Amino acid sequence: MAQATVLQKVIIHFAGDSGDGIQLAGSQFTTTTALQGNDLRTFPDFPAEIRAPIGTIAGVSGFQIHFGSIAVDTPGSEPDVLVAMNAAAFSKNFGNLKKGGILIVNESGFDKRNLKLAKLPEDENPLEQIAEGDYKVFNINISQLNRDAVKELTLSTKEKDQSKNLFVLGFVYWLYSRDLAPTLDFLKDKFKAKPVILEANQKALKAGYHYGETIEASERFVVEKADLPAGDYRNIVGNESLSLGLMAAAQKANLELFFAGYPITPASDILHFLARQKNFGVKTFQAEDEISAVTAAIGASFGGALAVTASSGPGIALKGEAMGLAVMLEIPMVIVNVQRGGPSTGLPTKTEQADLFQALYGRNGEAPIPVLAPATPSDCFDTAVEACRLAVERMTPVILLSDGYLANGSEPWKFPKMEDLPAMAAPFATDNGTYLAYARDKNLTRKWAIPGTPGKEHRVGGLEKEAQTGNVSYNPENHEKMVHTRAQKVALMANTYAPLKILQGAASGKVLVLGWGSTYGAIKVAVRWAIEGGLSVSQVHIKHLFPLDTNLGEILAQFETIIVPELNNGQLVKVLNQEFKGRIVGLNKIQGLPFKAKEILEEIEKHV
Amino acid sequence: MSNNETLTSKDFASDQDVRWCPGCGDYSILKQMQTVLPSMGIARENLVFISGIGCSSRFPYYMNSYGMHSIHGRAPSVATGLKLANPDLSVWIVTGDGDALSIGGNQLIHLLRRNLNVNILLFNNEIYGLTKGQYSPTSEIGKQTKSSPLGSIDHPFNPIALALGAEATFVARTMDRDPVRLREVLQQAHEHKGTSLVEIYQNCNVFNDGAFEKYTDKKQRDSTSLFLEQGKPIVFDGGKKGLRLNGLQPQVVELANGYSENDLWIHDSQDATKAHLLSRLFSDADPRPFGVLYQTERSCYEEALTEQMDTSLKTKGTGDMNALIKGKNSWTVS
Repeated sequence: MAQATVLQKVIIHFAGDSGDGIQLAGSQFTTTTALQGNDLRTFPDFPAEIRAPIGTIAGVSGFQIHFGSIAVDTPGSEPDVLVAMNAAAFSKNFGNLKKGGILIVNESGFDKRNLKLAKLPEDENPLEQIAEGDYKVFNINISQLNRDAVKELTLSTKEKDQSKNLFVLGFVYWLYSRDLAPTLDFLKDKFKAKPVILEANQKALKAGYHYGETIEASERFVVEKADLPAGDYRNIVGNESLSLGLMAAAQKANLELFFAGYPITPASDILHFLARQKNFGVKTFQAEDEISAVTAAIGASFGGALAVTASSGPGIALKGEAMGLAVMLEIPMVIVNVQRGGPSTGLPTKTEQADLFQALYGRNGEAPIPVLAPATPSDCFDTAVEACRLAVERMTPVILLSDGYLANGSEPWKFPKMEDLPAMAAPFATDNGTYLAYARDKNLTRKWAIPGTPGKEHRVGGLEKEAQTGNVSYNPENHEKMVHTRAQKVALMANTYAPLKILQGAASGKVLVLGWGSTYGAIKVAVRWAIEGGLSVSQVHIKHLFPLDTNLGEILAQFETIIVPELNNGQLVKVLNQEFKGRIVGLNKIQGLPFKAKEILEEIEKHV
Repeated sequence: MSNNETLTSKDFASDQDVRWCPGCGDYSILKQMQTVLPSMGIARENLVFISGIGCSSRFPYYMNSYGMHSIHGRAPSVATGLKLANPDLSVWIVTGDGDALSIGGNQLIHLLRRNLNVNILLFNNEIYGLTKGQYSPTSEIGKQTKSSPLGSIDHPFNPIALALGAEATFVARTMDRDPVRLREVLQQAHEHKGTSLVEIYQNCNVFNDGAFEKYTDKKQRDSTSLFLEQGKPIVFDGGKKGLRLNGLQPQVVELANGYSENDLWIHDSQDATKAHLLSRLFSDADPRPFGVLYQTERSCYEEALTEQMDTSLKTKGTGDMNALIKGKNSWTVS
């Protein structure tokens, strides 16, 4: 057998029908690759329909992984390898495959029926159109080989076909010198109650791997361990990381975590994850609608819990009135928006950053709420902890703006220990004196007295509060004072942030690329390339969208041009232009897709 | 429990001026609530009133307990979150016909089916008062208001039937001008484990004066109102008339006219079918039932949640946060 070729990094795109088990194959490849010590980023691409008509382009489910022995910051744009289980998956993704790349296709997915469903000419196989030498094509009859592998098992043909994703996974494992053990362990756990299905999956995986060994003259690859900083690692998906952050913060704050949600893509996984954590004291409530979810969270917060609700844009719109109530009540609460393409139902399974204005301004009256955004899947943990800290310590609702890309994407995470996380304490009213519900400390934070506490009985509500007492007040001067106080209270939170730092490049120069949220990875790569190319470019990434970092103005002033890449029609760029002087320009993409690093690099090159 | 036996109704009154219109039926309901509370044995710190928006929803401000005046229609959800966070609290929802049956219809029905152990006081005045007189979801067809100058064309809700349809476990109707029975019903609502829905006919003397006069006027009420008593035959009009079941049809009979009390319908609030028939006595021609129409026992949501949490704790042990963060597949880079 030929010596394996060493590669620094590889992008693989798995694609097939949404019932083909593509997400499972992708996530298994990810776990195995993470355990093998590679740096990686993943991004699934699934259709909005659960089971769109079989064989159609609308029904194609995809999973892309970018892994390497060097730093990997995005799931990559053009794959080196495309696995296409049928003609539709091929048709949708082939155009993206890197020239000279590897194409692995399921031969039986290219019959007349599949070609027709994929809206390709029925009488010509597109695989035959590929010029020899342009791509390395593995045209494998996966369906048949898989059936052969499991033929002795007493399973229906349909059940047998369900393990073909593992056959192809096994083949890719062989091609990229991956270890089978993690997936075999996973299967043992998943199918422990179904021994025949377990055996079928194990046989399929091994058969795919052995198929790689038996076909002749094929090249094999190795991707060595990445040089990651020392520590304990695991692979993590954004929504899970965010959920863990909420739980960790509740424990740090010594509060019970109460989560209320209404099912919505792509936020539901947070509810799913937390619903399983009852032995951690986590209470979850699936409400009858979005409004009930946010108001139940308000009720739980009034009752002394760390209350959280999560949704996506349309759901957040419904929660708006209640978020205003939370501002008035000044109670701790976190509202998570896992953004997706809008407006209205928009692109439910695609990513976008177009709810920033909604987060900043989407309420009646003067209703300031701090807004935070995580940069990567693992950063969802830190950002959730930070959102809870601000909420609990400063008695305020806080908005956390994640997005579909972070929610479903994954990366290796150097996870912390609980003892390394910041301490946080709620300002409970503990003294014996008269309780004034709206008396404030130096940070303008009021004290929290929860029902069940004797002697601190009080009433709160959505009507304007009299300063100090919290009684209803229609006094004009009081209202103005309270509006200013609530604004000032939120503004003061910026004093607790870790200072904003330049991430790459010099402290001053021609171009600063300023991002927020999930654009982090693509910006990082683009700026790295620009710096390597000798350009005067720096990178800064903001987590706190409101109130902004206190040193942001100083940083911006050191650059001739600020480029703000956003997956929207220019929202943060408008805020920055309003707040700061200088040449601040937007780079916008609104396709439901993340930026490619080269798109950002091209923009940088225009300004240096 | 903190010295509750020594509390009086005054201890439950807050220091805020009550700002309902003079003559409003809300005053009576507030007073009966404050009067009956000392005998309920709830420590003041464990008592919470949650309201939505509308005239009735100012109620919490006048109670010296914990309270929240929330947003329109959502008091049931706020109460749900509060009760889940702390199941030991005695939680009372104060709402109106617009708040509970119009904007908050969804929240109401879902609370009723979940059956958290809370109480709902639904002040029904068949009008929007705080917005100055539009027809409400309980206003009668043809009602002329500012928003229905030619008469309302909206078919009204029957709140009792709605509550039964939503699987409520305690459904009662009472009136602001019947303080003794109002207090009795409040006491029974408190004692019931599960969501208690108490519809209270409440007179809005400014925008809908006399809406329930038929049932509250001393001269008329005997012949128009059925005051239900558990285990007793349903009689009215000073014992002259009674209600009997003719198959599945309620029938008003004259007791002097060949019928005796032995022929009459015996009120049984545990009987869902009878409760349904009583709820349908809703036309102007029918006598209107008051009292506890239905009461049954069913698991409470918060108890079921607590049970799941206890079971999970028993089978899995106290969760280890560091282990959960670490997950099943971790590795070390040295």
